[in-house]
Amino acid sequence: MSVMVVRKKVTRKWEKLPGRNTFCCDGRVMMARQKGIFYLTLFLILGTCTLFFAFECRYLAVQLSPAIPVFAAMLFLFSMATLLRTSFSDPGVIPRALPDEAAFIEMEIEATNGAVPQGQRPPPRIKNFQINNQIVKLKYCYTCKIFRPPRASHCSICDNCVERFDHHCPWVGNCVGKRNYRYFYLFILSLSLLTIYVFAFNIVYVALKSLKIGFLETLKETPGTVLEVLICFFTLWSVVGLTGFHTFLVALNQTTNEDIKGSWTGKNRVQNPYSHGNIVKNCCEVLCGPLPPSVLDRRGILPLEESGSRPPSTQETSSSLLPQSPVPTEHMNANEMPEDTSTPEEMPPPEPPEPPQEAVEAEK
Amino acid sequence: MATEVHNLQELRRSASLATKVFIQRDYSDGTICQFQTKFPPELDSRIERQLFEETVKTLNGFYAEAEKIGGSSYLEGCLACATAYFIFLCMETHYEKVLKKISRYIQEQNEKIFAPRGLLLTDPVERGMRVIEISIYEDRCSSGSSSSGSSSGSGSSSSAGGGGAGAR
Repeated sequence: MSVMVVRKKVTRKWEKLPGRNTFCCDGRVMMARQKGIFYLTLFLILGTCTLFFAFECRYLAVQLSPAIPVFAAMLFLFSMATLLRTSFSDPGVIPRALPDEAAFIEMEIEATNGAVPQGQRPPPRIKNFQINNQIVKLKYCYTCKIFRPPRASHCSICDNCVERFDHHCPWVGNCVGKRNYRYFYLFILSLSLLTIYVFAFNIVYVALKSLKIGFLETLKETPGTVLEVLICFFTLWSVVGLTGFHTFLVALNQTTNEDIKGSWTGKNRVQNPYSHGNIVKNCCEVLCGPLPPSVLDRRGILPLEESGSRPPSTQETSSSLLPQSPVPTEHMNANEMPEDTSTPEEMPPPEPPEPPQEAVEAEK
Repeated sequence: MATEVHNLQELRRSASLATKVFIQRDYSDGTICQFQTKFPPELDSRIERQLFEETVKTLNGFYAEAEKIGGSSYLEGCLACATAYFIFLCMETHYEKVLKKISRYIQEQNEKIFAPRGLLLTDPVERGMRVIEISIYEDRCSSGSSSSGSSSGSGSSSSAGGGGAGAR
């Protein structure tokens, strides 16, 4: 005689979250839907470093110093840790307004603008705020039904509003926003250092070994060297350039999104109201400032009566709303193609994040 | 004297939700989390203006403390970076500690001030830090199941104003 214990399946909040994200490990990991390029990034880093440790390091540790592989390992572990942190964490998604809140805001808007007759396109919904003597416009997001906080933007790929939205990076498979920008920056910085390191020691290895057995013999013995040098060469140009660009953004406390849109270019006397005016202070705030926790509560348990209902799918709501068309281009400049971020396979493969690179080229 | 702490579950059972008021964010100081202290007209008959403003100002103070940029936050950031952020697996950030303080404060305020007036404050963290949601309840049962004269009313919905007056 056995007692049957019926275990109810617990529904966690991540299962019912709207937006186009994928969740893993029961809600602990949050990523964008398209992860192919992220796997490529992982493969390139792991593959190159494995070859480096397996071949060059063994020779260089003996010939030069055992510190070489140790330092390479530290750089490798740090960049992997920051990459995974960037890819797996919540970038700062703003949860959508619940129906009561959305209705309240609608009422306020109608009270301000007056009721719009049926069939007519409603006027763009904008609220003005003054921050540090600058007028900042808050836009209403039709998908999330909220007024977006300053510096927030709606990512059309993930279909979420993200705080302090920087850009959507297909190479890390996630948006880069308030909560994971520092991890992203540290990732590209450590990857730059790692790439330079591996490239330099590959050259040293080839030089040292060629003195003993000749150049062609060296390449025949470790053909992986050629591959590593090629990968590092192409990665160097893109990642180091990107690191430089983001260092510039951090020093001025700007986001890629603002840079592309030219929000604070200085024409019309518009200054960045978020900058402290001091490079050190800006860097400290962006990289070492307080880290807000995620407000998504992915692992919270849904009460039983709510677990049966599903929020309306975003494809249905977004296609039926007239003013939706400007929203997908929010995070890209009007003259940049918004499709760039959603079709990353069209871009040349070795180059890491394209949108900021285009911003660098546009600036030049 | 009957207990001043109004049982929140009792409130939910005996009262029905009339409406909700949403206190929006105040962005005049930048992107830091601050809420508007403007007194909503819907709460005019339910709670004193000064009590409401005090609550919102205290909450704003807590959030300012959480987001304060200073020596200790830099230290925490640098230490976390040095450990490749693995330290966050075992340590709570300063922000999370302050959010817990805020939760306790809101619960305390609900028990002592808001629930006796038939109001309920929702922690902004549950609304994505966008709004402070204040639920306004109307008493629906005729007998005073709620405790003292400082409760939200003695029966009919029109006694909501009387409940507020009783608290003074």
